[in-house]
Amino acid sequence: MSEDIIISLDHVSKWFGEKRVLKDVSLNIKRGEFVTILGPSGCGKTTTLRIIAGFETPDEGNISIGGNLMNDVQPHKRPVNTVFQRYALFPHLNVFDNIAFGLKLKGMSRSEIETRVMRVLKMVSMTDYEWRNVDSLSGGQQQRVAIARAIVNQPAVLLLDEPLSALDHKMRKDMQIELKQMHKQLGITFVYVTHDQEEALTLSDTVVVMNNGVIQQIGSPTDIYNEPVNCFVADFIGESNIFNATMIEDRKVSFMGHEFECVDEGFGENVPVDVVVRPEDIYIMPKTDKGQFDGVVASCIFKGVHYEITVNTPDGYELMIQDYNPFEAGMEVSMIIKPNDIQVMRKERICNTFEGEMTDESHVEILGGEFECLPQEGLSAGDKVRVEVDFDKVDLTDDKRDGTCEGDIRFILYKADHYHLHVRAVNREYIYVDTQDVWEDRDIVGINIRPEDMRITRIEEGAQA
Amino acid sequence: MARIQNIIGKRSNWSFPYAVFLILFVALPMVLIMGYAFVKEGGGFTFSNITRFFTDSDALSTFAVSIEIALETTAICLLLGYPVAWLLANSKFNKSSITIVIFILPMWINALMRTLATADLFNMLGITLGKGTLLFGMVYDYLPFMIYPIYNVLRRMDPSYAEAAQDLGAKPAKVFTSVTLPLSLPGITSGIMMVFMPTVSTFAISEFLTNNKIKLFGTIIQENINSSMWSYGAALSFIMLIIIGLTSLLTSSSEEDNVAEGGLI
Amino acid sequence: MKKLFARLYLGLILLMLYAPLIFIAVSSFTESRVLGNWTGFSTKLYSNLFSGEMSNSGLMSAVNNTLLIALIAALVSTLLGTLAAIGIFHSRGRRKNVVMFLNNIPMVNPDVITGVSLFLLFVFLGVTQGYVSVVLAHITFCTPYVVLNVLPKLHQMNPKTYEAALDLGATPGQALRKVLIPQLMPGMVTGFILAFTMSLDDFAVTFFTRGTVGLETLSTFIYTDARKGGLTPELRPLMTIIFIVVFALLLIFNIRQERAAKKKALLK
Repeated sequence: MSEDIIISLDHVSKWFGEKRVLKDVSLNIKRGEFVTILGPSGCGKTTTLRIIAGFETPDEGNISIGGNLMNDVQPHKRPVNTVFQRYALFPHLNVFDNIAFGLKLKGMSRSEIETRVMRVLKMVSMTDYEWRNVDSLSGGQQQRVAIARAIVNQPAVLLLDEPLSALDHKMRKDMQIELKQMHKQLGITFVYVTHDQEEALTLSDTVVVMNNGVIQQIGSPTDIYNEPVNCFVADFIGESNIFNATMIEDRKVSFMGHEFECVDEGFGENVPVDVVVRPEDIYIMPKTDKGQFDGVVASCIFKGVHYEITVNTPDGYELMIQDYNPFEAGMEVSMIIKPNDIQVMRKERICNTFEGEMTDESHVEILGGEFECLPQEGLSAGDKVRVEVDFDKVDLTDDKRDGTCEGDIRFILYKADHYHLHVRAVNREYIYVDTQDVWEDRDIVGINIRPEDMRITRIEEGAQA
Repeated sequence: MARIQNIIGKRSNWSFPYAVFLILFVALPMVLIMGYAFVKEGGGFTFSNITRFFTDSDALSTFAVSIEIALETTAICLLLGYPVAWLLANSKFNKSSITIVIFILPMWINALMRTLATADLFNMLGITLGKGTLLFGMVYDYLPFMIYPIYNVLRRMDPSYAEAAQDLGAKPAKVFTSVTLPLSLPGITSGIMMVFMPTVSTFAISEFLTNNKIKLFGTIIQENINSSMWSYGAALSFIMLIIIGLTSLLTSSSEEDNVAEGGLI
Repeated sequence: MKKLFARLYLGLILLMLYAPLIFIAVSSFTESRVLGNWTGFSTKLYSNLFSGEMSNSGLMSAVNNTLLIALIAALVSTLLGTLAAIGIFHSRGRRKNVVMFLNNIPMVNPDVITGVSLFLLFVFLGVTQGYVSVVLAHITFCTPYVVLNVLPKLHQMNPKTYEAALDLGATPGQALRKVLIPQLMPGMVTGFILAFTMSLDDFAVTFFTRGTVGLETLSTFIYTDARKGGLTPELRPLMTIIFIVVFALLLIFNIRQERAAKKKALLK
């Protein structure tokens, strides 16, 4: 392991009861780096932070800090300090005693404690507040005390758990700048957890994007923004147009019914892929200028610096475009996408695959429900089978009772002409659905699949999937 | 070593000593009551202690009297206590939260002492001790247990419910019967339980208040235990447990909130 | 008019509740051996109580026993119950339900049942009944009240403060002492007072678990005394003093709570 690595998570997994909240997470954090773990709520980012702090122990894998294995080391013995989400200041102690808490435990002399506390109070611009009751402070002030309380111990790593989430917008912006300065001044490693992508891009040297307990991508803010590795990252970071596409050959990709030149190679020929184009990377012009493809402006909204323009193409695709010039609604326009601005991503899957069990010749149990299928010759009850279903062959119903089994919608991705949904069925397995219908996150739905849309193959005994 | 620290560091484990204590001093004694009631001396299962109760006319009549007295006490407490709770919770009549304390204070004085004083007071006034004085003494002992939970529910009730009913045209009496009373039901059931349970099981008090004329069920249990008839005493305790279990099933929903709110002071 | 009627009603009920107490208090200022006889004003019973003249009657040792048992039981209950409440608050599922269920039993059970069941336990285990068994029995019925008074405080506090303490280098024990207990103190104090008064007041459980070694608490002393016929007259001044002390304590406690609540309301 390199000298530079201060924190290392090595194939870490964590279960909460039945639920696996971290799946094989590996992450190396360099000394002095400002790392942000970014993801939606429930993605496992806070659990990751708590494993570093020692409030949770990994069920599998190892956590090392400074080269030492930390799995069984108690929080109070770790060289890290945390700034908690809602500050967690001690309400029975004043500002001074809150900050001095850690130093007193170390048995430091009174004068030394005083010098150190005063120094950090100055650093967080809270001088003269030392005798105040913490309840009498504003949110921003409590935030500063919480930071002071952590950094006064001179930890090797400062952990920050959504520290700005309780502050209003303006205050958040100011604190971001101060945190960045503090990081420079202290020279220690910051591990910062947030669900705010803008915060992550502004503050960090390295961004770690997580979803469903899995690290999706690790990279610099520009890498993450310009070269997302999958639809989730592309959608979560910034605005994007995402398309189902086909890689025709190296440097040639087709989507929206057009062929485009791109810079990506090595995907193979005629391979389904996803394509991301950022709104500011689509060049829009009057139709007379003849671009690569045409469309009609549906709406145009001024956003302060740029205009946000929605364009419909004749084939039914909806594009989001940012431009410094306004284009009136109804105007016929033409667009160009440059090869450099097309980000091609491997598809994580091209159809749903489930493992299930036949309950009789024409019924199969998958997703915790019993689905009717075409009569399967040579298969009988109890046979293990693999079932494949295309994304667009899944039917969702409003009333969960109308479905063969029920599920709830956990993730929605707009893909220019349809929605791609992640639906979690009752047995916690996911089914992926392409649909034109508009659903909302966390909607409870019924799931139906027509018998003829299921491709069933037997899993041979002994053969591993 | 690290293992042990991990176990101690986990706060969910901090109830472990109490859990052991509960198993030893709550669960095991409950099992023992059943054990003594249903196990023959040389081992083996028996119903004889229970059947003995149903053939013991003395115990049966005591049992009936106990239930009767407990029901009557509970009813009187409810009739007397509800208006008190309502008046104290009503800001028109009472603005201080201290007043209620004055009403529940006598609870903190030794019940036996109060009972004896009540009996002597009756004696001094020339009232013969009997069922009347027993009821009065019981009501006097347990009235605070009825007032307090009802008061708690009424005081916490959002006044906008009653105002809404008024706004919709209900007269004060109608507001009371259609809004206030139903909404205070949790307090009432909790009060009923807090009065009924101790009255049905009380012992010693009835003897003092009736000059030994009326004996209650609790006393029978005590007499059996004291004269080393443990199995029969345990069987009678078991029957009492059933009564208590039934009562708490009927009233369970509301009781917890009230106690959880910070007890009786 | 309505107000007058309400006052009258409340006054009558109060009179009923306090009549026996006032009766005791008044008769504590006369020398008559029989309760209810007025033989002229005297403070002799009070001076008897304090002059050591009662040392042989067993009353003073009963008082001492009562106070000592209540103190030990309340202290142990407060510690045990506070730890338990923290544990219960942080556990889930069946374990939490089982502990809460068992915790409720002594509160729901009538004193007689608690007394008989513990009596059977001590017989079963072959424990000699006396001081220790009574204290254990009192801890049994006191601790649930501590648990129920500490739990709401846990709900109110920020649970992360404990982790913050660990994070700043405190061991679990230090975090408990320096961070959790100060925040839970109000609930612990209420729980302690409840436990103490419940123990003071108990008759039935003590009666069954005190054994035959002649241990008397105030309650059992009064019981034996009354069965012998006629109460020791010095009980009257004793009860009067206890009543006044309890009355004063509870009033002060509640007035302080009301003030604190009002102050909090003002701050918001």
